[in-house]
Amino acid sequence: MPAADVRAPLRASVPDTRAPYDVERVRREFPLLALSPDGRPLVYLDSAATSQKPAAVIAATADFYARSNANIHRGVYRLSEAATALYEGARAKVARFLNAPGPGDIVFTRGTTESINLVAQSYLRPRLAAGDEILVTAMEHHSNIVPWQLVAAERGAVLRVAPVSDRGELDVAALEGLLSDRTRIVALAQISNALGTVNPVGDVVRAAHHRGIPVLVDGAQAAPHLAADIQSLGCDFFACSGHKLFGPTGIGVLYGRAELLDGMAPWQGGGDMIAAVSFERSTWAAVPAKFEAGTPNIAGAVGLGAAVDFLSALDHEAVRGYEAALLRYATERIAAVPDVRLVGTAPEKASIVSFVMDGVHPHDIATILDADNICIRAGHHCAQPLMARLGVAATARASFALYSTRAEVDALAAGLERVRQVMAR
Amino acid sequence: MSDLGELYQSVILDHNRHPRNCGPLAGADREAEGYNPLCGDRLKVWVRFGEGDVIEAVNFEGTGCAISQASASLMTTAIRGRTRGEALELFDRFHRLVAGEEPSQPAGLGKLAVFAGVRAYPSRVKCASLAWHALRSALVSPSS
Repeated sequence: MPAADVRAPLRASVPDTRAPYDVERVRREFPLLALSPDGRPLVYLDSAATSQKPAAVIAATADFYARSNANIHRGVYRLSEAATALYEGARAKVARFLNAPGPGDIVFTRGTTESINLVAQSYLRPRLAAGDEILVTAMEHHSNIVPWQLVAAERGAVLRVAPVSDRGELDVAALEGLLSDRTRIVALAQISNALGTVNPVGDVVRAAHHRGIPVLVDGAQAAPHLAADIQSLGCDFFACSGHKLFGPTGIGVLYGRAELLDGMAPWQGGGDMIAAVSFERSTWAAVPAKFEAGTPNIAGAVGLGAAVDFLSALDHEAVRGYEAALLRYATERIAAVPDVRLVGTAPEKASIVSFVMDGVHPHDIATILDADNICIRAGHHCAQPLMARLGVAATARASFALYSTRAEVDALAAGLERVRQVMAR
Repeated sequence: MSDLGELYQSVILDHNRHPRNCGPLAGADREAEGYNPLCGDRLKVWVRFGEGDVIEAVNFEGTGCAISQASASLMTTAIRGRTRGEALELFDRFHRLVAGEEPSQPAGLGKLAVFAGVRAYPSRVKCASLAWHALRSALVSPSS
């Protein structure tokens, strides 16, 4: 697909002459959404945990194994060359989709978690001295906390935490106040997985860069909502997962600024990441191969490429408008259920509604909704420090994607009424 | 999907709303904490012995879903008056009950039988057994 097709919908100046967003047409692309266990439709409201997959992604993955499977980069036969072209083609598609400067800045990983661990181990660890500081926010997913704790503990560095308000908004002024001469990296989510808060990442990047501090953006939740634009964010590292982006599990992305990636040592050793090996000394391949030791998840990358193709064919402005309207509707419907309190009411939010119900634990809510085939998440959402900050042990979380509908929101609202009835008996 | 009524029986809902023996226990001989990393639920159990190794009282305190709260509450009523050995035996039977390894209409388990419905919900088995694991820890730990 030519680059222009991918980027054009992102330009706000392009007049929208297309038809309104047709969610039913989009839904038909997702086989799982058509399931109706016990004859009643499945209502999948857990896309922040993992998205469903369009038929094109499923087909691309199967087709790779059926028609193109060979190991990449080393074969001199045509089948291997074709597999290599598919793998590297997927890298180019991902780079365009995320608006990275080029495919060479994109490292394939297993997912967001591995991407962050790679940066913690390969970029930060050698640069971290006792007393240095790592700055995160109080709303991070455990995967953007624990990798930093591991290197901090080893080096005697300190993890600093920028506070969030009762509404779940990042206190940007406080974050800026925590930037110091000892801060070695700032790591924050673009969109909170637990609350849906959209953080002003651009402001954070500017403030950190003013002091020469690099910024890693956890884009796991932002990418599926078409909010990931690496060059306009200006961040130094960006991590996201294929499986939340309508692609397969086990494939993810790390973007790194070229000069940073060039200066980093490999993080795993093995095949494919070397220039030359002898028992005395080995030299490394160029980025990104330097960070992709061993046979990678080739079919996963190909599937992710297909997911990006699927997304690139959509009108991004229309998708964003649809998702914003659906979030407003869902917020109103859920908040209107008696005894329900929303958790996380920042003005800037994306596609996630977290809530609690008086006297009913989120796990009971989720189990009772499941009896109506409604899938939501309940628990701490891998953000225990955030739960502690907001004074809740757990929340129920409904999360939406570009295939979610108002009818599904209505089913959730009716399901929540049933929860109240069951628990009030 | 099994009937929700099998899981959320009125006995369970009653104990969830009005937990028995809830709060710290004066003069406790043993205590232990239960923690479910899947959901972050925490619960503490206190045990006081009377004559010999007869358990005179068990209390609990913590947060959790209806299943874990009701299970803790019913456990405290079921354990009182039993010996340490009998309590550990009951732990095993309860564990088998919620795991589906006991008949769904078990003999000799009394009100604890209401938790047979949990077996249809594998993700909730840990909720039902959280308090029991804490009790077991308290009973097998060295005296405090």
